Amino acid sequence: MVDARGYACPIPVVMVQRAVKADNPKSLTVLVDEQVCVENVTRFATASGYKVSVQKDGEDFRLELTK
Amino acid sequence: MKKINWTVVLTGALVGVAALVLTFLGNPKNMGFCIACFERDIAGTLGLHSAAKVQYFRPEILGLVLGSFIMALIKGEFRAKGGSSPATRFLLGAMVMIGALAFLGCPLRMVLRLGAGDLNALVGLLGFAVGIFVGSQFVKRGFTLKRTYTLGKAEGAALPAFLLIAGLGFILFPTLYKISTEGPGSMHAPFFIALAIALVVGALAQRSRLCMVGGIRDAILFKDFKLLYGFVAVLVVTLIGTLAMGNFKLGFANQPVAHSSHIWNFMGMVLAGWGSVLLGGCPLRQLILAGEGNGDSAVTVFGMIAGAAISHNFGLAGNPDSVVDGVTKVGGISLTGKIVVIGCLVLVLVISLLNMPKAEKKQA
Repeated sequence: MVDARGYACPIPVVMVQRAVKADNPKSLTVLVDEQVCVENVTRFATASGYKVSVQKDGEDFRLELTK
Repeated sequence: MKKINWTVVLTGALVGVAALVLTFLGNPKNMGFCIACFERDIAGTLGLHSAAKVQYFRPEILGLVLGSFIMALIKGEFRAKGGSSPATRFLLGAMVMIGALAFLGCPLRMVLRLGAGDLNALVGLLGFAVGIFVGSQFVKRGFTLKRTYTLGKAEGAALPAFLLIAGLGFILFPTLYKISTEGPGSMHAPFFIALAIALVVGALAQRSRLCMVGGIRDAILFKDFKLLYGFVAVLVVTLIGTLAMGNFKLGFANQPVAHSSHIWNFMGMVLAGWGSVLLGGCPLRQLILAGEGNGDSAVTVFGMIAGAAISHNFGLAGNPDSVVDGVTKVGGISLTGKIVVIGCLVLVLVISLLNMPKAEKKQA
């Protein structure tokens, strides 16, 4: 789980990148709170071979990354 | 990731066209847009510095912020937030400004200058890329200015309101303001036309997230070229436009509002690039984010205005090349300016190191 709420891009993408690099998880949950971060994380995750599903959760967004 | 994002390209192209139009209508050469220069002029018109040639309330700054503000409201993306190391951001904003003014332009003006054939901007771009590369190494290893928090709506409206009030005052009570009668500050497009153009650019920049730092940064960090296309679009449109208008002049010496002191063009932009990466975006992007309700970006803009005042009050800013009796006199920055630019780079390094994650520092 990467909780990137409150962080401005590109930091959430870096957090995901570091999590992926650290142990290449099969699935990863990412929390962000900005539409622009949803787009940026999705772009990065897709390019890294993940499928991404986005769920809006109040003010936040919950991204499920799966390989 | 190779897919081209046309909103960014369109915005970049529009920024290029808007800059050409603003220059045609009276803005200084190669200064259709320059966030650093315009914030410096605003600092001047408010009397925060007394450099007589650079004092004017630039409606472009107001327009960019309001355009973003209105677009964010329409799109439901306006969110008041802040609290991510505001004092550090203020200092970084001031230092980015000192670096940009040593070079004589923000990253956006650097691209506009380059498009018009000013090769000093190429030196600046090299420095800028080095600064972004160094800053990105810290970001990659976990540098952050910590998280933001949701705040009251008033916080998000602080910068738009400040600029609106200052702008209204400028129109209604101009005698209260300092206004240049010569030099770059005296050259400007008609107030309301410039305001209207900037409103449109601000709104589009909000949609596209155009950022002069983000392009190179994302290419380094993620091999993501989305924002870089916007950067290239500004450059290409400016190149075509200046060639068509007969304003293209290739070379180093005697370029408009520029100096050819290479090392300080380079160092100034290393500072601007590095600082901007730590802040998460270029000076233009800070204005757009502030319009979306980001108080951290608003405080960065206030820091930049303070930085401009410091820069001119202490004679740190670049002096343009000049021609004296037919001989080119190379401009550049004062000894104090050089010392301060180096000092700021050291301070940016300290800020970079102090905001790394603790465990990471042990590993490194």
